[in-house]
Amino acid sequence: MPTEPSTVETLVQQLLIGFTNGTVFALIALGYTMVYGIIELINFAHGDLFMLGSFLALTLIGWLGLTLVGTGGIVFGLIFIIVFCSLFCGALNWSVDRIVYRPLRSAPKLAPLVSAIGVSFIFQNIGLFWGGLTGRPSLLFGLILALVITPIAGLALAGVKNFASSRKMAMAEWLPRAATVMFGVAAFIVGLTLPSLSVDVFAGGTSAAAPKDVPNLISRANLFGSGVIQFTGKDLLVVLTTVPIMVGLTLFVKYTKLGKAMRATAQNPTAARLMGIDVDRVIGATFLIGGCLAGAASVIYAVYINTVNYQIGYQNGLYAFTAAVIGGIGNIPGAMLGGILIGVIRALSDQYIGAQWQPAVLFGILILILIFRPSGLLGARVREKV
Amino acid sequence: MRSLAFVLATFSLSAACGKAPEAESKAPAAPASSPAPAAQDPTVIKVVSSLPRTGSANPQTTTIVNGIKMAFEDVGWKVGSWTIKYEDWDDASAKKGDWDPEVEAANAEKAVKDPDVMIYIGTFNSGAAKISMPVLNKASLVMISPANTYPGLTKPGKGEPNEPKVYRPTGVVNYFRVVPADDIQGVVAADWAKKLGAKRVYILDDRGLYGKGIADVFDARCADIDVEVLGHEGIDPKAQEYKSLMTKIKGKSPDLVYFGGTTQTNGGQLAKDMIAVGLSCKLMVPDGCCEKSFITSAGADNVNGRTYVTFGGVPPKQQTGKGKEFVAAYQKKYSAEPEAYAIYGYECGQVAVDAIRRAGKKDRAAIMKAVAETKDFNGALGTWSFDANGDTTLKTMSGSMVKDGDFDFVEILGGGS
Repeated sequence: MPTEPSTVETLVQQLLIGFTNGTVFALIALGYTMVYGIIELINFAHGDLFMLGSFLALTLIGWLGLTLVGTGGIVFGLIFIIVFCSLFCGALNWSVDRIVYRPLRSAPKLAPLVSAIGVSFIFQNIGLFWGGLTGRPSLLFGLILALVITPIAGLALAGVKNFASSRKMAMAEWLPRAATVMFGVAAFIVGLTLPSLSVDVFAGGTSAAAPKDVPNLISRANLFGSGVIQFTGKDLLVVLTTVPIMVGLTLFVKYTKLGKAMRATAQNPTAARLMGIDVDRVIGATFLIGGCLAGAASVIYAVYINTVNYQIGYQNGLYAFTAAVIGGIGNIPGAMLGGILIGVIRALSDQYIGAQWQPAVLFGILILILIFRPSGLLGARVREKV
Repeated sequence: MRSLAFVLATFSLSAACGKAPEAESKAPAAPASSPAPAAQDPTVIKVVSSLPRTGSANPQTTTIVNGIKMAFEDVGWKVGSWTIKYEDWDDASAKKGDWDPEVEAANAEKAVKDPDVMIYIGTFNSGAAKISMPVLNKASLVMISPANTYPGLTKPGKGEPNEPKVYRPTGVVNYFRVVPADDIQGVVAADWAKKLGAKRVYILDDRGLYGKGIADVFDARCADIDVEVLGHEGIDPKAQEYKSLMTKIKGKSPDLVYFGGTTQTNGGQLAKDMIAVGLSCKLMVPDGCCEKSFITSAGADNVNGRTYVTFGGVPPKQQTGKGKEFVAAYQKKYSAEPEAYAIYGYECGQVAVDAIRRAGKKDRAAIMKAVAETKDFNGALGTWSFDANGDTTLKTMSGSMVKDGDFDFVEILGGGS
């Protein structure tokens, strides 16, 4: 038993916990802030996309049979799951934009916003359905296949629209979208008929809404030996994955051609279009990247928190959105700062004020920040939109 | 829009049609259209139960209903010159997947209007009881619950200031329960914690009616028995993790953490995060967590061998005497293990039979009085009486611990009546 921690040690410990939690919020917040920065849409479905990613992570952990015992495979297994879930969430986010938001691009701002809320509910119900699939592997496989095939079909069929993009052919506008959905349904049915993968993926009881336990994949042993301050392999995993992703994203937006196009589109879509930038492609890429980040965050969350249920999207989405607002929505470093700040405020509030006051303290500080800096901590630049 | 209106009209029409046959089906028993006592069937006494039969509570309520039926079968469905007619009503709706206030209210009204109904067994959820209690009270219809544990339903000063008066508009006690209430469970839990060697405890609750109620009782009892309470906090039951909170608690190095709450208010995550920050002391939870999904959501490894659960009764396997006979008879009849509350359903049925026999007439007020006078009743749960509030005098509880991913009975707590 370690000795009683000193005041300084407690503070350091809580800062560590807050920082680790905060980086996960930051990763989700990036998806919100990037999309908002470009099309001024608060994508409420983003949190639920994250939730679907974490369900996929849990399912893959079950299928790959990853356990704490098989140490060798864990690193490769985790890398595979992170990559796969990122691609899955990215593609799903991209296809949601393609199917739902893109037709509403020139509609009043409220239309895509309400659609986003609708997509959020659809995702939550898919999550609820997913959660009820304990011991029903063929249904599960059908669901995942449908969610994977739909974006691919959408991508393939996007060409059809370009082929017949005449205004007169209204059918050509709808055909690919309808076909995309049909492909998804077909994939689900095909998945059902395929021989079932006889692996009980997760033990979550019979209730679809019950929280699912994610097996512990990383040792809880303290990296600081028997010291008072705890920093486990899990915390290290979180920091080691989230920080490079965030640095990479910042560099990407700053130095690549696509990044430049994204910034240009964010500043003024019309002007960007006049300069020869394919705005639709840039927006699609933004959704793809934002989705990938949510996918990566979902795996890290599942492994770190060890619990998944269909409501985590709402909770984390709320915190991530708050993070994006604190940092200055539309601003990428701002989202990171906001996420970490929220994590730290929550931890310190639990330690020094009391668990029941945590949401009040957190959102009280948010209001204070917004009173003195209405555009967020780093959102000083006021964009002019026509 | 027009088609929507049409659909609505059709729906309300069919809903109206749906009600009509029901009214008709009662007609043979009640030839006259007036609900006067004249409409009674003098040879039949009807007993109804109102329990959530749709949704996740179904396995539990099925065994309660089986228990009730067994009590009537014991007497061949006959008491005196009356034939017992039992109806199993559902107070849940598919829409909610749980008990539904509207359905419970409708059940209470329906029972009051049916002149043959003399006893109302229910409810399963304390919240549902709050709705039907005043309705049945005005009609002097007796209500016996096999499962409600919220103290405020019966005990003055244990719940809200206006409880339980607000449930008894006529001032007469018409509500009884055969299961001990949470104010006893909290006390027993604190005593057990002390017995397990806890000297310093940290108390958490989910800020809900049930969770905070039981945690407050636990807290108060700790002060009486010299167990040091290091802190008492309400958690956000929707938060995704509690690592910071657990780190703070770890800093105070308690022997035991008590959580007043349920699996649904994040008991599992709490247990998990204790281990995550290296706080491996004992954890004690009330019966709201006494279900398998608590263990699965926490992850068995995180709760095995250190988690203690109190339950407001005695598990079927630990029953003795008449209770043991009931469990054996149940297993024989249904080829299944009774769930924890089955025996309380059986006890409700037995109390009903006994009260009808003693009342000796088919009269709601008389039967209610007979139930209230139940004294030194020798039932499956032991020998007990109803006190002036309508509570059982039994205080027997049981404690289990989590072992190998399941609940393992440890001992009887609180002791006898």
